[in-house]
Amino acid sequence: MALAFLVLFLFVPLLAVFTEALRFGLGAYAAAILQPDALSALRLTLLAAAVAVPLNLVFGVSAGWAIAKFDFRGKNILLTLIDLPFAVSPVIAGLVFILLFGRQGWLGPWLTDHDIRVVFALPGIVLATVFVSFPFVAREIIPVMQAMGREEEEAARVLGASGLQIFRRVTLPNIKWGLLYGVLLCNARAMGEFGAVSVVSGKIRGETNTLPLHVEILYNEYQFQAAFAAASLLAGLAIVTLVLKVVIERRLQRAMAVPGDPL
Amino acid sequence: MVRTRRHTVLPGFRLTMGYTIFYLVLIVLLPLLTLPIRSWELGWSVFQATVTDPRVLASYRLSLGAALAAAAINAVFGLVVAWVLTRYRLPGQRVIDALIDLPFALPTAVAGITLTTLYAPGGWLGRHLAAWGITVAFTPLGITLALVFIGLPFVVRTLQPVIDDLDLEIEEAASSLGATRWQVLGRVVLPYLSPAWLTGFALAFARSVGEYGSVVFIAGNMPMRTEITPLLIITQLEQFDYARATAIAVVLLLLSFLLLLLINGLQSWAGRRLST
Repeated sequence: MALAFLVLFLFVPLLAVFTEALRFGLGAYAAAILQPDALSALRLTLLAAAVAVPLNLVFGVSAGWAIAKFDFRGKNILLTLIDLPFAVSPVIAGLVFILLFGRQGWLGPWLTDHDIRVVFALPGIVLATVFVSFPFVAREIIPVMQAMGREEEEAARVLGASGLQIFRRVTLPNIKWGLLYGVLLCNARAMGEFGAVSVVSGKIRGETNTLPLHVEILYNEYQFQAAFAAASLLAGLAIVTLVLKVVIERRLQRAMAVPGDPL
Repeated sequence: MVRTRRHTVLPGFRLTMGYTIFYLVLIVLLPLLTLPIRSWELGWSVFQATVTDPRVLASYRLSLGAALAAAAINAVFGLVVAWVLTRYRLPGQRVIDALIDLPFALPTAVAGITLTTLYAPGGWLGRHLAAWGITVAFTPLGITLALVFIGLPFVVRTLQPVIDDLDLEIEEAASSLGATRWQVLGRVVLPYLSPAWLTGFALAFARSVGEYGSVVFIAGNMPMRTEITPLLIITQLEQFDYARATAIAVVLLLLSFLLLLLINGLQSWAGRRLST
């Protein structure tokens, strides 16, 4: 009974996206996806994720190494601060960048003098995306690295390996599935972000419109079929994410179970 | 608990710690700090006048109320779902289990337009609800529904591992000693689950308070009635009233921060409970 309700509650929306998108057949669907504004929105979404994910990946690995391999005071405070972007409303995440870089912002006059646009332009969108997807890799990688312990790395060190060698040969093979898991979640959030990007984008068609914003504009113009066609791309991304998540989770469990397992 | 401190021979602490702090400050802390500083510059009277404005107060009440209601619904519903998924083997279990994360994975704007289309008076589900005289879309009920959708995975995913750890033998022991099913639930199961349960509730609540994308389409956005706080902030920004937007936002930020501290406290409580 509970599960029947659950399926209704979760599955029907997913079904509805594709039904609405294909309402007028495949031709209309393809036309909606191939219109120039949709394609440029897709490009921008991919670009923002392509910047945000590697940046947060490097941060996640660096934070994981510092937190899992060393003891220091204030570790819990640091962990709480890393979680901060999860707790902040996406609208506030966008607002702070307007307050910093907008025309009335602190750096606004300087940016105007040097003819640099951050807000209502690409840099603002990328910044907002980096902010909202900030904790994902770190949050996944820290527990995995903590569970792995330090003995293997220390042994490698004693045997004369350099820091980089230790990371590449010992740590990375141990954490790769955890890392991939974090990247997956980070990417899903980066590509799907709406609230924060909506505040900083200015929604200039063909220029500062990401795919989620494109969906909103079409929907508000009552072009429902086109809106759902664009939305179906994002829903497809969600499905791919869920499938990969299951696959990686299984690998991760196996990897975590191996050390010390008598079998 | 005895904590042993030991010296490690591993390199790279200063480099990784330095970069971690640098990146954290640059991307998260400095930008977020602008908000309290800018609202401080407004002065107390402007700040107070803004946040006690009836329209602003109504939005706080709505955002908090709907988030609380949704988190409460998820606490009950999520417990049942987590219990069923952990304790029973069902056909299609893997698919259902993966589907739980859909609200995480589905971009909020997509969730927003889809829920609105489904629950609008002429939609697949709204049509049947309308026959019962229930209007979901463009009412506080619709806002709550969207927040239930968004918050469900938090409760389920927090509870699942804890239910998995709960030994069936403890329940069997309780019932063999003569406890009724309700007594087992109330005296054994729920007390054991409560730290994780509360954490899941708080996570769902924290996410819901600031949620924008999935709510804004179904809300109807009528001032005083169905206007959530994040939308009100955007409305002020669109009118270039940065002062009001800042003042409204700083209250929301403060609330989120308190919730985050509460969640961390709950999680360490849950961790201690499980380790003893």
